[in-house]
Amino acid sequence: MTEERTQVSQDEDQREIRIANVVGDRAVEDRGPVEVVFRLDDVHVSYGSFLALRGVNLEISKNQITAFIGPSGCGKSTLIRCLNRMNDLIPGARVEGKIHYHGQDLYGDGVDPVEVRRRIGMVFQKPNPFPKSIYENIAFGPRVIGMRPDSMDELVERSLRGAALWDEVKDKLKQNALSLSGGQQQRLCIARAIAVAPDVILMDEPCSALDPMSTGRIEDLMEELKRDYTIVIVTHNMQQAARVSDRTAFFTAEAAPGTGDRTGLLVEFDQTDAIFTHPADQRTEDYVTGRFG
Amino acid sequence: MTASAEVLAPSRLRRGASRTGFKIFVDAAFAALLFMGTIVGVIALATLIWTIFDQGWERLVADPAGFLSNYVSRLPARAGIRAALVGSAYLMVLTALFTFPVGVGAAIYLEEFAPRNRVTNFVEANIANLAGVPSVVYGLLGLGIFARFLRMGPSLLAGALTLTVMSLPVVIVAAREAIRAVPEGIRLGAYALGATKWQTVSRQVLPAAMPGTLTGTILALSRAIGETAPLLVIGLPIVIFSLPNDLRDPVSALPLLIFDWTSRPQPAFAAAAAAASIILLALLLAMNAVAIFLRNRYTIRW
Amino acid sequence: MSSRPPRSSSPAGDRPPAGGDSPSIARQGKRTGERVIITALFTCAVLSVAVTVGIVAVLLVDTVSFFSQSGLVEFLTGTVWAPGAGAGEGGQYGMLPLLSGTLMIGVGSIVVGLPLGLLTAIYLSEYANPRVRGVLKPTLEILAGIPTVIVGFFALQFITPDLLRRIFGDDRVFIFNAAAGSIAVGLMILPIIASISEDAMRAVPSSLREAAFGLGASKRQVSLRVVVPAALSGISASVILAFSRAVGETMAVTIAAGNTPTMTWNYFESIQTLTASIAQTVRGEVAAGTVRYDALFALGMTLFLLTLVMNLVSARIVRRYRQVYS
Repeated sequence: MTEERTQVSQDEDQREIRIANVVGDRAVEDRGPVEVVFRLDDVHVSYGSFLALRGVNLEISKNQITAFIGPSGCGKSTLIRCLNRMNDLIPGARVEGKIHYHGQDLYGDGVDPVEVRRRIGMVFQKPNPFPKSIYENIAFGPRVIGMRPDSMDELVERSLRGAALWDEVKDKLKQNALSLSGGQQQRLCIARAIAVAPDVILMDEPCSALDPMSTGRIEDLMEELKRDYTIVIVTHNMQQAARVSDRTAFFTAEAAPGTGDRTGLLVEFDQTDAIFTHPADQRTEDYVTGRFG
Repeated sequence: MTASAEVLAPSRLRRGASRTGFKIFVDAAFAALLFMGTIVGVIALATLIWTIFDQGWERLVADPAGFLSNYVSRLPARAGIRAALVGSAYLMVLTALFTFPVGVGAAIYLEEFAPRNRVTNFVEANIANLAGVPSVVYGLLGLGIFARFLRMGPSLLAGALTLTVMSLPVVIVAAREAIRAVPEGIRLGAYALGATKWQTVSRQVLPAAMPGTLTGTILALSRAIGETAPLLVIGLPIVIFSLPNDLRDPVSALPLLIFDWTSRPQPAFAAAAAAASIILLALLLAMNAVAIFLRNRYTIRW
Repeated sequence: MSSRPPRSSSPAGDRPPAGGDSPSIARQGKRTGERVIITALFTCAVLSVAVTVGIVAVLLVDTVSFFSQSGLVEFLTGTVWAPGAGAGEGGQYGMLPLLSGTLMIGVGSIVVGLPLGLLTAIYLSEYANPRVRGVLKPTLEILAGIPTVIVGFFALQFITPDLLRRIFGDDRVFIFNAAAGSIAVGLMILPIIASISEDAMRAVPSSLREAAFGLGASKRQVSLRVVVPAALSGISASVILAFSRAVGETMAVTIAAGNTPTMTWNYFESIQTLTASIAQTVRGEVAAGTVRYDALFALGMTLFLLTLVMNLVSARIVRRYRQVYS
């Protein structure tokens, strides 16, 4: 593989070295036996007659950050929304294959999507705080799922600390959440998500609507959060995936023969440093070196 | 081919260079016509209000306490709007109590819970049609069903139910628009936390939609309060000397009284009708002011 | 340091702890409370259907009863409306005079309301600056909100004596006349035409205007030759809607146009509309079950059908024009 690399232009070499440095800077953790949170077996997702995603096989491990990367339209958001059954809200959405969550079939009979979402939280691309006070934003989740904390004030504080937002808002908890900046709103949404004590936090392009400073803060936050939660993140930003994630899944879209419809598929799934420094598939290499997408 | 120097001369760019004087005149005349046409409506409104005040103000200030607290009388000088004013107030409160929950409930169902099928489409088309039914036909509905078939007679209850039924389409439309204006992200955020649909609707969507819904409801009610025909048809009395104690008691209404006094030949009654109109307009102004205040103060700027 | 909020102390068996050790995602309880609520909401929505059923039923029952006592042919073609005294037997129930009265008011109010409304709409949409609009639009809304009894009073106390009679003379203009009624109703429908037409005009894409301006057209030409034709379906819909409103209008015409069922085309004479006839009848004592009582519902049925057809046509036009731009 290194021989192929020598054909690449000098700019691309520089970029690879940068990525390799970033990846290499992260301490290699001694993980020991890793618990699997999600196992996807041959998952296909379609909307009506349109096949959006096919043949996905992967595993999400506990207390790790798994990133989904790839060009637009290859089903990354579709897939992540299947993990907490938010896809159910789209009429005509259908999931085939199996998604196992801690061994249970996520789409099995008798499974309640509401219960699923209590354990698998989500942060969205555009921050969506409720038009209420900061306090009420955090308190809403625990109240509706029936948590009865000994002290809601403490729960709110802990959640805000967990999202690295407490110091900035501790004196204005009653203020309307919409008055916060974009980055603060997104951290508020993270605090809101962790207030219900989830198992997994899904993040669908959480930083794409934010400025670089806020993005950096949230990336730092993710490092802390993964100690307690399992995180899956969809991102358009390759460098972000390289910086933050432990494992990366690369998706692409290919046109079905005959129709013009493009169906997403999983190309490669591996440790992040492998994906970025020595990917197994040519398509992955083309993407991470910037030759396309 | 080069253009001739004449065509490109700077003088050709001045206003009117290629348009004839006549055309310029026509353009200006048209603009003036538009303005005048618009002004006619404004002038008509001003004249209307002036007429009401010109004929009614003296009557009103001559004896305001008496006018407000007297019952009707054969003598215009002694006639008052007490029964009618109180009746209208009661009708308004009851109509609000009936219309708001049913209207908002229907709006929530149609916006948040109804599946997209033929039944839903039919219900929606039906509501749109009801909005265009003349008020006098609602009066006939009230007469035939509430007053007679359900034996309520010309009572406060029958009147309120008739006005409710008439106001429902308007309230439903207003509430639906307010609910639709709540961004989808709010719902998604709530679902993602594990809230059920009803929890999301009742605790996030509806509170956010409330200012718009309330504004629309108040405006619908202010229209209902000025309605005469339905109350006339179900037979609410004009001559009545008591205030209602019970839902089944007969009740009068301000527009009914205005209608009656207007129909009398004596000029003194015309003055009384105008005075009562001032009161009615003041009531409407107050309600609309409240509605606009609510809208400006509490609408969420996303 | 764990920044995770501690597990809540939920009552035993209430809900398995979130996160970690094999959390069960099976349905917890049936959530019957929600089902009840959704059913209640559904009932509210369906109530509207009940209202329509009620209207149709009430009108139909007594209309049928009416036609069992008085002829359908006479109703549709008779030119005299003269309910008999008392129970109403022996009266003549031809509704053509009332229909002609209604049409006179309808057409008359459009003659007043359409030009004024359209001019206002063009002005607001194409010419007026935001400040002027900010004053004019609320004014229109106020005009629309004036109760019809008060407009009727205005017609009787000003339009007829100080306007019509002053211009045309006392001997030509009756005290109650169709012209005053038309002007009154015209003022009431002016806001409808103005508002809906203005919306339709503003919905015309500015690219069309810009293309015309770019060719050197004046504002007048752009308004009349580009915008109005493009918004024509919206404008037509507003006119039909306004006409429907005029047909259903009761109080203003009852007060101003009179209570004389007659087959005249003279706008200075007193007439009676379908709606005014209903209003006049109920002011007297009407015993239920009599011909005179049932006649009310036959008239109501006529009104209902007329306005229903017009509203459906208007809605169909609106739907078509919305498709063109979306």
